[in-house]
Amino acid sequence: MSATETFDAAKARPLWHRIVVRPESVTLLLLIAAVFVSAWLSPFFADLRFVLESATFYIEFGIIALMLTLVVVSGEIDLSVAATMALSACLFGIAHRAGLGMPVAILIGLGSGALMGLFNGVLVTVFRLPSIIATIGTMVLYRGIAQVIAGDRSVGGFPDWFVGIDFIAVGIVPVPVIIFVVLAILLGLVLGSTLFGRQIYQTGTNPIAARHAGIRVDRLKMILFTASGLTSAVGGLLMASRLGVVRYDLATGGELQVVLIVMLGGTYIFGGRGTIAGTFLALWLLIIIQTGMTVANIAIEAQLTVLGLLLILAIISANAIYAGGRR
Amino acid sequence: MTALGRLVRVREAGLVVMLVILAVVVGAIQPRFLTIATLDIILLAIPLILVAAMGQMMVIVARHVDLSIGSILGFASIAVGMMFRDIPEMPLWLGFILAIAIGAGLGLVNGLIIALFRLPAIIVTLGTLSLYRGLIFILSGGRQVDPNHIPEALIRMAQTSPIGVPWIVIIAFFTALLAYVFLRHLRLGREIYAAGSNPDAARLRGIRVNRVTLVVFSLSGAMAGLAGLMYAARFGYVNPGITGVGFELTVIAAVVIGGVSINGGIGTVPGVVLGVLLLGAVSVALPILGISGFWQDAIYGAIIVIALIVDGSVRAGGLVRLVTGRGG
Repeated sequence: MSATETFDAAKARPLWHRIVVRPESVTLLLLIAAVFVSAWLSPFFADLRFVLESATFYIEFGIIALMLTLVVVSGEIDLSVAATMALSACLFGIAHRAGLGMPVAILIGLGSGALMGLFNGVLVTVFRLPSIIATIGTMVLYRGIAQVIAGDRSVGGFPDWFVGIDFIAVGIVPVPVIIFVVLAILLGLVLGSTLFGRQIYQTGTNPIAARHAGIRVDRLKMILFTASGLTSAVGGLLMASRLGVVRYDLATGGELQVVLIVMLGGTYIFGGRGTIAGTFLALWLLIIIQTGMTVANIAIEAQLTVLGLLLILAIISANAIYAGGRR
Repeated sequence: MTALGRLVRVREAGLVVMLVILAVVVGAIQPRFLTIATLDIILLAIPLILVAAMGQMMVIVARHVDLSIGSILGFASIAVGMMFRDIPEMPLWLGFILAIAIGAGLGLVNGLIIALFRLPAIIVTLGTLSLYRGLIFILSGGRQVDPNHIPEALIRMAQTSPIGVPWIVIIAFFTALLAYVFLRHLRLGREIYAAGSNPDAARLRGIRVNRVTLVVFSLSGAMAGLAGLMYAARFGYVNPGITGVGFELTVIAAVVIGGVSINGGIGTVPGVVLGVLLLGAVSVALPILGISGFWQDAIYGAIIVIALIVDGSVRAGGLVRLVTGRGG
């Protein structure tokens, strides 16, 4: 082994390479391809109005995926998001049924979601549990509590102004889509251009180095988990508004959808890399794929095959691109 | 090593104490909980969980996790159930071999993706959970295998045997015995612990960690396949949308309660058997106490979270100091 070899630093990649070869560009290419293929197969997809209306079925998961992107970039994961949606929506529904009034009920829904996220954060930062397994535990727990308080009946009877937020539109854009876009811009700015955002990347890249650099890693993770719980509660309330009723099995299996959106967006599963732009594009990709399958009369259950396959392919390709970039 | 042994023994003793407390408290409220009939019900409630937990514990000891076992269970049972329906003369033993083989095959796919691409098991098996479930619907066309198509001999296995205890209970405990011998006395079994405790060190000592990954996921799949046929025996039907849904969470709960560390390398078969018994006892105690079945998931969830916290504190040394009165 010669001495010069040890000093052989990796060559810097040319600028075009850095811009083009990244997971988000794969997402973008897939999205463009999906738009053309679906518009070619069915003229519906050439109509922006149709795509936007279809979006309302998946937008709750997209909103949660935006926040989960930050959690994953920080090196953690939250698998309890769908159970948090269900429990906070059920608490909201029961508070309303108990006659507490809508503003209070909504506050209870949002507050309980934040508390559930905070509890996840405590398990991860105070008890030092891996978030992967801790949030599986709370996923069972939150869904179980929802079943205890709501039973197997639907809770409904919400006032008219609350029901059907997906039918209210500004121009042709439904309100939930606007919420998604605004949150995407907001979180994109937080992650991309604030100190806090840089600290999230730093923590995900190397938590020990981050701690030595003076970043309060535990506090940062606590904030992210709480925000993830709160966002899940927002998703739960939006879904309650769309469906008009809440049940304990609301959004069952939603964690797959949310994780899939984040992974399709090219966020690195081991933390430290990923962008809101990727997640933003991934949601639209997923909407077109799923709506396309539904239009093509593929049963919802059979669609699971495609979603599972997509998830695995997404992490394989993102992994390969990041591994290539490091060399 | 002795400190580790003590820790594990503490955990198993703790589980026995919890079982006794549960029996005493529930028995004091409802004396009929402490009868042989109840024991029969508990024994009949656990075989599927016990078998699958043996596979899952090996996966977790190897520092992975397998979320796809519920779908593997469903796939194996629907595939073999359809074969029984379409080929009535197919012998029962062939059904068992096929279920185990199908399960092992699906498990191997998990292992290959994880080992080949160095991906986290949890995300990969979350993907295959949904992938395999979708395949169940495609394979079965969404139709269930009805009770009249399940061989009677198979259903009888969930009811009797020459020695009185149903066959599926005997099979489950025999599987646990095999797992015990495998993990304790066989080279490959010990390698699972080595790979889970410290993969890098294991690799340096010549253990092929990737092979361990393939083995544990294949075994976990095989056990889920076996549990699939036991499901057909126990419930008498197989439904694409019901069979095995959420099963993985119950099994992971049992394994975690049984003292298997989620950080890998630690866990014993007796501990997991006790964990499964405890879950079974809780699920049987609820209706006897007149508590709605809606509580079951919440209680399971609370048990998982508490077991994880205990596990985390044990690792941090807090509990060891508490129990032994000395520094961990």
